[in-house]
Amino acid sequence: MAKQHAAVDFKRLLDNQDADFKPTIQILDEVGKVVNPDIMPDLSDDQLVDLMSKMVWQRVLDQRATALNRQGRLGFYAPSAGEEASMIGSHAAMKKEDWLLPAYRDLPQLIQHGLPLDKAFLWSRGHVAGNEYPEDFHALPPQIIIGAQYVQTAGVALGLKKNGSDEVAFTYTGDGGTSQGDFYEGVNFAGHFEAPALFIVQDNGFAISVPRANQTAAKTLAQKAVAAGVPGVQVDGMDALAVYEVTKEARAWAAAGNGPVLIETLTYRYGPHTLSGDDPTRYRSKETDELWQKRDPLIRMRNFLTGKGLWSKEKEDALIEKVKDDIKNAINEADKAPQQTVSRFLKDTYEESPQNVAEQLAEFQGKESK
Amino acid sequence: MAQKTMIQAITDALDVELANDPKTLVFGEDVGKNGGVFRATDGLQAKHGEDRVFDTPLAESGISGLAIGLALTGWRPIPEIQFFGFVFETMDSIGGQMSRMRYRMGGTRSMPITIRAPFGGGVHTPEMHSDNFEGLIAQFPGMRVVIPSNPYDAKGLLISSIRSNDPVLFLEHMKLYRSFRQDVPEGTYTVPLDKAAVTREGTDVSIITYGAMVREALKAADNLAKDGINAEIVDLRTIAPLDVETIIASVKKTHKAVVVQEAQRMAGVAANVISEISERAILSLEAPIGRVAAPDTPFPFGQAENIWLPNAKDIEAKVRETVNF
Repeated sequence: MAKQHAAVDFKRLLDNQDADFKPTIQILDEVGKVVNPDIMPDLSDDQLVDLMSKMVWQRVLDQRATALNRQGRLGFYAPSAGEEASMIGSHAAMKKEDWLLPAYRDLPQLIQHGLPLDKAFLWSRGHVAGNEYPEDFHALPPQIIIGAQYVQTAGVALGLKKNGSDEVAFTYTGDGGTSQGDFYEGVNFAGHFEAPALFIVQDNGFAISVPRANQTAAKTLAQKAVAAGVPGVQVDGMDALAVYEVTKEARAWAAAGNGPVLIETLTYRYGPHTLSGDDPTRYRSKETDELWQKRDPLIRMRNFLTGKGLWSKEKEDALIEKVKDDIKNAINEADKAPQQTVSRFLKDTYEESPQNVAEQLAEFQGKESK
Repeated sequence: MAQKTMIQAITDALDVELANDPKTLVFGEDVGKNGGVFRATDGLQAKHGEDRVFDTPLAESGISGLAIGLALTGWRPIPEIQFFGFVFETMDSIGGQMSRMRYRMGGTRSMPITIRAPFGGGVHTPEMHSDNFEGLIAQFPGMRVVIPSNPYDAKGLLISSIRSNDPVLFLEHMKLYRSFRQDVPEGTYTVPLDKAAVTREGTDVSIITYGAMVREALKAADNLAKDGINAEIVDLRTIAPLDVETIIASVKKTHKAVVVQEAQRMAGVAANVISEISERAILSLEAPIGRVAAPDTPFPFGQAENIWLPNAKDIEAKVRETVNF
């Protein structure tokens, strides 16, 4: 008998791959109207104001850090304006004891998690004191190697599970990071071990200059979880309430022993990749910038809270002044950090110094005491 | 005392440390039920349970990344990389991450990780399994590279490595796994890291080497002794960082040195040893430093190992050349 139809309907397979990831979860629309009241997070007025205040804090930090960098008072800095809902909204779902393995743009979450601002500035300048973490601060310094934090997070999460802890490991990367082998290995390992990890992909549209469309044929990044047998979800990354709610539910799922979750937040970085010479006009149009600025996370949350009588211009202005003061104090504090010494680095390289290190230590201690 | 092969001594060390320290974890590809492709972890899962000895998905970077995360949360990981030829898949975790964690965090964290991996020529593996890449890892401050040359040292060095709060790459030469037996004490004993051994005392020339080449050097020394050439053999044991003191003391005694490695001549550990001797003891030398190493090609095809690997004859010839300079 003649063949009736093809064995495989490739087009259907392709077309349906992202079926479970639509629509993108949203609670507040661009103007701050509640479009999805059924999933509105259970937050008190104070908590709502806190969420907004932290986003304003991040926006001011970004502006001031950029200025300080231009003045030569700060070192490496990766701007984060535009990503406030993604960063603050997800961090707000973390518990104090949870583990944070950030990438280099995730300084806001790291500071919110407990890294003092002056230490964050020391990290930016390239001073070891910025990476001295007390034992009960469950975080790593920002990861530079894209994807490395993902495989490490699988390990942290497995360690927590073996410890019988109810803590959860949080990690971040960007859209470009999802192309790394370590991205998949991390998610896949955590999935296999049913380890309590949240893998957050902040899809800001560009890996430096390369657009999201050039990273993968996958229609969403959230669906990459499917290959690892892990739930994936796509959320409006400009909507702090949606990001918070999704992350909070994912945290509860992971903490209950169900394994990891992959969360994709759709967001945008207004600034350059870093302040080290990147010029976004080479790869992004003004129209695209404007389109995303209309979706700004602060605008919608400000409108929402103002409508509830919880926010005002005066309140915001006063907050901005306070944040500027805090930053000024922190940068002055950072200036007081002692000069770094090679002998200190040598001591830190091994717990038990081998001969070469001991010999060089004596040499540098001699030089440095002069 | 029981006579054990090196692989048995390694299994013994893992068994002892799994029992001694409830925070130790053994994991990797096929290390569980299968007991490892060389049986290094044979019986350990049955004895210590699946929580302590477990298989991972097949991904070397994931395995080392897992080790880093486990170390951060209070565990003492002993991952296995199935063959050292696969190290490139995990190079960032070793060279970029765990080796610098302590330095990077101002001494506030440590990485008590021991990565075990089989390596080395003579067992005719398929290509890309056996390469002598120890010199690559020797470039990473913060790491130690440990290579035992015999069963007794293998157990004692592995226990020391596991107990160290600094990360160690523990390389096990495949040719040595079952090639000979030695007295290996039961229970716990340690052989110090960062310390070379004088395996054979001599007066006329120092042969400085490590791993499988120690056996070749011993054969060469026996032949040389018949002609009245009394060779001293220094077994580095920890090949990075070097025990320069032991090397220099030997060279200052014998005034002649031959440095032997199985790896290719270019860069590598022997080059580092020769530099240290040149810098610190050149006026004690009565002849140029000799070097025996493999030729500068990639690791050979299985059937070509015999024509490529350095052996006792090569060592003997180089020693005669150096002694008769």
